[in-house]
Amino acid sequence: MRLALVGISHVRAPVELRERVALDLDGSAQLSALLATGGAEAVCLSTCNRTEIYVASEDGVEIEARAAAALDALSGLASEELAPALYRLHDEAAALHLFRVAAGLDSMVPGEGEILGQVRTAYEAGTPGTALDRLFRQALYAGRKARTQTAIGESPASVPAAAAALAQQLFGSLEGRRVLLVGAGKVSDLAARNLLSRGAEIASVANRTLDRATELARRFGATPLGLDGVAAELERVDVVLTSTGSPQPVVTRAVVAAALRARRGRPLFLIDLAVPRDVDSAVHELDGCFLYDIDDLQAVVAESLSGRRREAERAEAIVAVEAERFRDWQASRDVVPAIASLRARAEEIRSGELAKAEGRLGRLSEGDRRVVDALTAQIVNKLLHLPTVRMKEAAVTADGVLYADAVRHLFGLGEEER
Amino acid sequence: MGAELLFWPALFAYGEASLAFAREARRPGVAGRLAIWGVRLGWLAQTGLLLLQAVRAEGFPWGGWAGALNLFAWLVVGAYLIWGCRPSFRLLGLAVMPIAAALLLVAYAGGGIREAGGRTDALLALHVALMLAGFAGFTLAAALSTLYLWHERRLKRREATIFRLRVPALQVLDRLGARTVAVSLLVLTLGIALGGVSLALDGGRFDAAMGGALAVWLGYGGFLLLRRRTALHGRRSARASLVVFVAVVVVIPLTHFAS
Repeated sequence: MRLALVGISHVRAPVELRERVALDLDGSAQLSALLATGGAEAVCLSTCNRTEIYVASEDGVEIEARAAAALDALSGLASEELAPALYRLHDEAAALHLFRVAAGLDSMVPGEGEILGQVRTAYEAGTPGTALDRLFRQALYAGRKARTQTAIGESPASVPAAAAALAQQLFGSLEGRRVLLVGAGKVSDLAARNLLSRGAEIASVANRTLDRATELARRFGATPLGLDGVAAELERVDVVLTSTGSPQPVVTRAVVAAALRARRGRPLFLIDLAVPRDVDSAVHELDGCFLYDIDDLQAVVAESLSGRRREAERAEAIVAVEAERFRDWQASRDVVPAIASLRARAEEIRSGELAKAEGRLGRLSEGDRRVVDALTAQIVNKLLHLPTVRMKEAAVTADGVLYADAVRHLFGLGEEER
Repeated sequence: MGAELLFWPALFAYGEASLAFAREARRPGVAGRLAIWGVRLGWLAQTGLLLLQAVRAEGFPWGGWAGALNLFAWLVVGAYLIWGCRPSFRLLGLAVMPIAAALLLVAYAGGGIREAGGRTDALLALHVALMLAGFAGFTLAAALSTLYLWHERRLKRREATIFRLRVPALQVLDRLGARTVAVSLLVLTLGIALGGVSLALDGGRFDAAMGGALAVWLGYGGFLLLRRRTALHGRRSARASLVVFVAVVVVIPLTHFAS
């Protein structure tokens, strides 16, 4: 069984090309089913960064051509136009690639978390057989292993994620934590959604114009406020996220100091995403108050990304080991039928010879017959032990198929069927 | 001889764990795993040492100050192991393990691993065990406060490397520190009560060591009361907890040797 991968990804193809070949889950499932005919297997993985078709069949050539043709058809371009962006990988290289994809090593942001779920969904929607089933299961295992044994996916990789993760450094779980948004623009919206996804509650939205505040507040089920309501709200919320276009600080040290007194020791976390800044930087000096501005958050993200790249080296080693295991498994599939045939032939000869000698053995007692039976079985096993071990060893090298063919030829395995 | 054979591996493992934790704080990774294994193996060796002492002794073997220190170090590390196995609490060992190693060494120097014990008074043994467990809890609470102040400083400095090390959230540390003090105070209260009963039965007199224990009780009781009644949380709470702990470290040996 030969494995092949034909695909397009962010590494070589711009978004204009990737969006042409992108498929939804139903489309991926249909394409997989269309390709997986005549004993072939196919799984189509399509995300915003890649569309990859994994196929497996006995010869591997024809189905690979059909997969490439499918991508050509999806793109609506001539195959020569698509060719520079297209990559084709085979067997071990294809497996290693999928393992790297599952571990997030081939993603734009190393270690990004979504891809593992996307690989699982593609596998479940695809039409895998023995080879692709094993490949995708092992890819999911490799992806999980890379994430649990390294810190590749732990630190935040974007400013909103960093803001939310820093809030967690202060409060632990954000479940039920109340958030005040100051400014009703797109930046607030994005950052708020990240906090929301971690269990926080958007309690109120303050803006210079109340209409905009009301509009955003309605989306989050929050209370709209004017900017004059911020001071009072500071006493009730845990996280403040500011992103107004105001040239002057909207939140001053005096206002925060007064709020902290009323909070009786409960800490306050302020995230200032605005330029010019909305929160007086002196606020950070107050006990129980933590202020991060856009530069601080970007520094955290930069450090996180470099940390992820460092961890990526360890994750690469993990996926390489898994790819090697897959290669061994794939290679063993070449020799396992030969070993099984050899053993079956030997057993057939042994049983046949015992049957021929039945007349002479009939005089033996039941106990003696069992000894003869065990003795012949032992001789056969001992004779076949070393060839079996050698074939399994050869299976992990390129010689596996040669050995299997040689054994079939020498022992005439399968000749009687011809 | 058997005790010596168990003492040195325990001390070595605690020392290794202390160094590995220091390394982990600078460059997280393998050092953290080495550290936690040092703690586990050291604790097992010390458990063996204590069992050996218990088997060989005719009475309660940790009645003297050095023996008590030996048992105390074991309780501190045992209490740490409850949380320390979790990756986010691992760095607590940075504060706990050097203390445990130092205590074990002092216990050794004071003959705490050799003494066979003389008294077989079960009430007294329980009193000592409860008092030591209470102090072990206070030590852990001090370590939690230290971790709080260190982590808070990192957040205040807006360190870009903040996510490189896994540390519990500030509010978790604050809450856990207070809870540890509350539980330890309860254990200490039981210990003091049993000590009082033992004293009444023996017909002994109130001495400086008992006064010291009561002072500790008042110190931590006052701390908890202030936390409940006032806005003593976060940095101020961690500092207050540490101040009380330092006072305990000074008062207990002084009153013990004065009595």
